[in-house]
Amino acid sequence: MTAPILVVEDLVKRFPAGRSGAFVNAVNGVDLKIVPGETLGMVGESGSGKSTIGRAILRLTEPTEGRITFDGRDITNIPAHKMRPLRRDMQMVFQDPWSALNPRMRIGDLIAEPMKLHLDLSRSERENKTVDLATRVHLRPEFLRRHSSDLSGGQLQRVCIARAIATNPKLIVLDEPTSSLDLSVRAEILDLLSEIRQQTQAAMLFISHDLGTVKLISDRIVVLYLGSVVETARSQTLFSNPAHPYSQSLLSAHLPADPKAELARHVLEGEVPSPINLPSGCTFHTRCPVAIQKCSTHAPGPQQIDDPEHFANCLRISDGGNRILSTETS
Amino acid sequence: MSLLEVKNLRTHFMSRDIDNQIRVAEALNGVSFDLEAGKVLGFVGETGAGKSLTAQSICGLLRPPARVVEGRVLFDGQDLTAMPSEELNELRGAQIAMVVQNPRTSLDPLTRIGDQLVRIHQAHTGGPLTASRERALEMMTAVGIPDPKNRASAWPHELSGGMAQRVLIAMSLMNRPKLLIADEPTTGLDVTVQAQILDLLKNLTQRFDMAMIIITHDLGIVAHYSDEVAVMFAGTIVESGPVAKIFEAPSHPYTRSLIAATPERLQMGSGAKLGGQPPDLYNLPTGCHLRTRCVFAQNICTDTPPNREVGTDHFAMCHFAGRLPESGA
Ligand SMILES: Nc1ncnc2c1ncn2[C@@H]1O[C@H](COP(=O)(O)OP(=O)(O)O)[C@@H](O)[C@H]1O
Ligand SMILES: Nc1ncnc2c1ncn2[C@@H]1O[C@H](COP(=O)(O)OP(=O)(O)O)[C@@H](O)[C@H]1O
Ligand code: SF4
Ligand code: SF4
Ligand SMILES: [Mg+2]
Ligand SMILES: [Mg+2]
Repeated sequence: MTAPILVVEDLVKRFPAGRSGAFVNAVNGVDLKIVPGETLGMVGESGSGKSTIGRAILRLTEPTEGRITFDGRDITNIPAHKMRPLRRDMQMVFQDPWSALNPRMRIGDLIAEPMKLHLDLSRSERENKTVDLATRVHLRPEFLRRHSSDLSGGQLQRVCIARAIATNPKLIVLDEPTSSLDLSVRAEILDLLSEIRQQTQAAMLFISHDLGTVKLISDRIVVLYLGSVVETARSQTLFSNPAHPYSQSLLSAHLPADPKAELARHVLEGEVPSPINLPSGCTFHTRCPVAIQKCSTHAPGPQQIDDPEHFANCLRISDGGNRILSTETS
Repeated sequence: MSLLEVKNLRTHFMSRDIDNQIRVAEALNGVSFDLEAGKVLGFVGETGAGKSLTAQSICGLLRPPARVVEGRVLFDGQDLTAMPSEELNELRGAQIAMVVQNPRTSLDPLTRIGDQLVRIHQAHTGGPLTASRERALEMMTAVGIPDPKNRASAWPHELSGGMAQRVLIAMSLMNRPKLLIADEPTTGLDVTVQAQILDLLKNLTQRFDMAMIIITHDLGIVAHYSDEVAVMFAGTIVESGPVAKIFEAPSHPYTRSLIAATPERLQMGSGAKLGGQPPDLYNLPTGCHLRTRCVFAQNICTDTPPNREVGTDHFAMCHFAGRLPESGA
């Protein structure tokens, strides 16, 4: 097996909440692994900690506990100035391309900026590469002289992707990169990302709350609930055989764009509890339809399901009581 | 007679530019559709297509420089476009109710939610206060707000997004509307909350025999929650019909490209070219408004296409509707 490009172990992130000395338990002991060329999808509802994990991996937020190993190197505690050369190997694309780009800069300069920062290129080399990058993200060269206000959301997201791939990174973290885009534009951006993945073999962490999109683009998927991983599986496996009660209910709420697709609905009652006062034991026990007494006192660890890449953190895997739907979701 | 008949609705934005020349943005260009009681009509289309504007034009909620320049909106046989504004205000909130995307901005931050429900009931239905209070509790229960007696005294800022949306739906139901217009009611909410809200809306339309227009850009919502679909592009309904037919046999190139762009059908690495710039409403192309983006466009497309019937109750506004090649989007 190839050595992973990224290993996250027992990541914890707490934010201070108000003056009371309380904490927002945003991320609570997350383990992740991504191998080169792999796209790992990360799903979960808002507030489940997706963005915080993405930011912690890039050290845009300091982890409270845990270890992050990138390309064989422990980067958890390295100081900011040593982080800088690493940025060229780890890039990020955000949800909102409008606020990610400086409106005063020309598109060409925006695309060239990461190369200026991280690569030792002559001016003409950089200019050639800028045109080349624009072509790769299917932006016409005449856009290079314009400003971001002249471009549509989809075009701006292409600019952000061009910036992200400019330094040939080994890992790209994409946080809801298509969520603010219209359906057809979203399709084009996903297509572009898959093309880039083939060309560059960059690993991707693809964060999204859109299940259909994540299913399409990811090799493997992790499901988060209240800052913890509840299930990890290959993309197809997760959708055909979700094992964790939360994943089962989450996927049952997904609406495929096909009126003939049968929905095996299991709509959860109530709302996600506050991350300030995490429920004890399994944090899902307050809403879990198959919870047993032990669930409120014992935190479940990962249990292997049908294949060596499929794990679910649930105490009822062993007794088979983890199924919440009478029929299987498809 | 249908509950709602919209005929050739045209809404324009009129302004003057720096040279004092009148500029007209042709935002709605002849929108026509019917809706029966008890039915759910899904409106889809890209951002800026005119979905919200259609809803606002129907309800008389346009603000200058927007103006309905042509067309009629018959609700229960009455022409809303000809109705005096006091009468229309009375109708809206009573017989026609609207639920919008951002529930927080639609709630009065300084009034407890129970009082807001009572207030809208008093304004339109009147009667004793106790009856309004009872109705409020009944509707809060109907929309699945737990412990309604206590929740009635909550302030809007104390509610989660999903709960605020439920309150807004409860508010829209207070006066037993015949038509509910839900404009992106679940956009921005999580999928599990979305499922709760959509199940609720569907259930309510059946229970109270309401008609509903659900505006969304999510084809999954349309596929599973509407009976009929209207696909909008550049202020025109380019295709309409029963939901099963639209997905089985999309007959307008724009509908095809939308459906092809859904994650369920998207082929990665196909070099998908499905999007494109929306046309300039100040300077719409003559003929078919899709023609600069359409892979099927021919010379004839500079003429306005007819609205062809391609099946029972199924229409598409394209010169080649019903005759397009099987593949291609
Ligand atoms: N800078 C911050 N200060 C305080 N709380 C934060 C901060 N950033 C995120 N949080 C909280 O951490 C939790 C996880 O947030 P986030 O990672 O943004 O979730 P997601 O991306 O899955 O929606 C949420 O409860 C959020 O309110
Ligand atoms: N004040 C205005 N002047 C000119 N055009 C406007 C104005 N306000 C909105 N529009 C245009 O009206 C069109 C319809 O918008 P809307 O109904 O909100 O679209 P949708 O709800 O389908 O996303 C948009 O293309 C928008 O640009
Ligand atoms: S551990 Fe218990 S509460 Fe948690 S998901 Fe499994 S059955 Fe439900
Ligand atoms: S009328 Fe012409 S341009 Fe318009 S959708 Fe049909 S083929 Fe395309
Ligand atoms: Mg986020
Ligand atoms: Mg809208």
